[in-house]
This record gives sequence, structure tokens and C-alpha cells, in this order.
Amino acid sequence: MNINATLIGQTVAFFIFVWFCMKYVWPPLMNAIEERQKRIADGLANADRAAKDLELAQAKATEQLKEAKATANEIIESANKRKAQIVEEAKAEADAERARIIAQGKAEIEAERNRVKEELRKQVATLALVGAEKILERSIDQAAHSDIVEKLVAEI
Amino acid sequence: MAATGEALTPQGYIQHHLTNLAVGEGFWTWHIDSLLFSVGLGVLFLWIFRSVGKKATTGVPGKLQCFVEMIVEFVDNSVKETFHGRNTLIAPLALTIFVWVFMMNFMDMVPVDWLPHTAALLGVPYLKVVPTTDLNITLSLALGVFALIIYYSIKVKGVSGFVKELTLQPFNHWAMIPVNLLLETVTLIAKPISLALRLFGNLYAGELIFILIALMYGANWLIASLGVTLQLGWLIFHILVITLQAFIFMMLTIVYLSMAHEDH
Repeated sequence: MNINATLIGQTVAFFIFVWFCMKYVWPPLMNAIEERQKRIADGLANADRAAKDLELAQAKATEQLKEAKATANEIIESANKRKAQIVEEAKAEADAERARIIAQGKAEIEAERNRVKEELRKQVATLALVGAEKILERSIDQAAHSDIVEKLVAEI
Repeated sequence: MAATGEALTPQGYIQHHLTNLAVGEGFWTWHIDSLLFSVGLGVLFLWIFRSVGKKATTGVPGKLQCFVEMIVEFVDNSVKETFHGRNTLIAPLALTIFVWVFMMNFMDMVPVDWLPHTAALLGVPYLKVVPTTDLNITLSLALGVFALIIYYSIKVKGVSGFVKELTLQPFNHWAMIPVNLLLETVTLIAKPISLALRLFGNLYAGELIFILIALMYGANWLIASLGVTLQLGWLIFHILVITLQAFIFMMLTIVYLSMAHEDH
């Protein structure tokens, strides 16, 4: 095992190989690896973000659903209220109408009664007058009592 | 299997397997096989990783890209756990060392006779296919790391800081400077030496055991069948060893460089 010139040749080769490796082999490989690592990390981060977004969207959807339900309930309730109100109003109106009709009828009846009463009175007066005339025709002098009769007539 | 001039004895067989294909004389000997396989594997590694890197998609990756990215991320995590400074060299350096050393170690998994025998048929007398069983290879890797240790020590702490670190530790007193210098120098030198020898020793021993097991095939069928079992067992165990050695080399490199960046 003698040391000889092989040593020199191999040392030169060693440095050339190391230089070549440093210059042309290591950088592209390392770049590729690092680039891929970055992409994988980004991908994982994106996946995480997407999962979070999904969760958020689901929460939002649930929230909106709840809101929609609440609104629907509110609408139904207000509709019910409105219905009750309308029925109430209609009832009140009907009552009022009825009262009005009754009152009108009463008034009409009253008016008719008054009219009949008046007529009756007139007729009674006429009758009385006729009766009195008949009685007086026989007993009293027309001339002497005409003033009384006239007075009476005027009174009626 | 034996090349010209070597008898087909166990010793000759082993010797043949442990001899590099070399040209040159003395120090200027070049181990053609070690250089060829190590550089070839290094180029293969860089080519595969570069082509994957060029086509790398940030979307859904292919299987090869996944595999490459697994290795890159593994190395990157190891570096990040140990090294806390900002240095764009450490991670690619660790990746290069880990994959390259692993691939060179992996040549040990190829049955010991396949490639040398094929080469012999093609007229190549010797072929040692596992570059990390050549001390020159492991030592040069370790020296490369050592040079980087020195470079970053001086760059981060300055020359004076580096000298102070060598002379005023662990005993912070002027009279102890020679002792400190001795201790710290030994510590410093031990780093590349241990790096190189650990890898070399493990792989050399592993290779040697493969060769010894392969010797059993030359004996009678009983020993040969035992050899099959042994080889399988050693192979499976060796998968652990080569991975572990590559990992240890990488980790220690990171640790040493991280120590070089620390300011005391």
C-alpha cells in the first residue's frame, strides 16, 4: 500500500466533483424540494382555511334558517292578530249597523205614530166639532154662537 | 484468473486481487483502476443527480426524483442537525462524499472475480474494482476534507485565531504552548488520518474476506457450498458496513467542518 500519484489525481477529482455538486446538482434539487414543501404547506393552509370557511358558512346558514323561522312565526302571529282584529271590527260594525237600523226603525215608527196621532187628533177634533155642531144646531142660534164656534175652530 | 507470472496458488490468487493496475514508477505511479472506477462512479453520481435536478418538478415527482430527493433531504437534515453556521459548501460536500463513497464501497458487492476476470480475458492483467480499498483514494478524500478544515479554520477565525487555537488550548498558559501545540497538532492530523484509515481498513478487510470466501470455491463441493452460505451472509452484513462507512465519513466531515467554524 504505497502512497503515489493516484492521491493527486483523486484529490483533484474530489474537488472538481464537490464543486460541480455545489454548483449544478445541489441548488436545483434543493430548490425543487423547497418549492414543493412550500406548495404542500400552502395547500395544507388552504385546506385548513376552507374547512374554517365551511364551518363559518354552516353556522351562517343555521343562523339564517333560525332567523327565517322566527320571521315566519312572527308573520303568522301578526296574521292571526290581524284576523282577530278584522273579525272584531266586522262584529263591531255589524253591531253598529244593527243598532243604527233598529234606531232608524224606531224613529220611523215614532214618526208614523206621531203622524197617526196628529191625524187622529185632527179627526177627533173634526168629530168633536161635528158632534158639537150637531148638538148646537138644535139648541143655539147660529148667529149668537158663531163667534164661539169660530174661536173654537181657530183654536183647533 | 491469475495473470502472467503468478502461479494459481491461494497466495497468488489473493496477491493478484490486491494488486492495482498501475502505470508509472515510484511516486509517479498511477493506479489506473482505482482512478477509473472512482472517477467513473463520481461522474455517474453527478450525471444522475444533475439530470434529475434539471428535470426536477415541484409537482408530483417521479420515482427516481423521489429517491434522489430522499438522499438529498437525508443529507440536508444531517447537515442541519450538526452544522449551524451558514455555508453553502457543506451540504453539497456531504452529499458528494456520502453518495460517492457509498458507490465506491458498493463495488465490493460485485462478486470478486467478475470484473477482474473479464478484464483478464480482455488482456488487462490486474483490476482492483473497489476504489475505497486503495489507501490513495481514501486518503485523498480525507486530505480534501483536511484542506477544507484548514481553509475554513483560517477563514472564520483568521490566521491568529487558528494559531491561538493550536497553541493556547487545552492549557491556557504561555508556558504550556509547546505541549498545546503538540496535542492540537496531533488532534488535527489525526482527523484526516483516521478518516482515511477507517474507510480503507473496513473496506480492505471486507474485500479480503470476500476473496478468502472465494478461495473456498476452489476446494471440494462441501467447502464450496459452505462458501456460498458464507458469502451470502457476509454480503448481507457488508451492505450495512458499506452504508455505515459512507455515513460515518460524511458525518465526520460535517462534524470536523462544524468544529472548524466554531470560534472558541
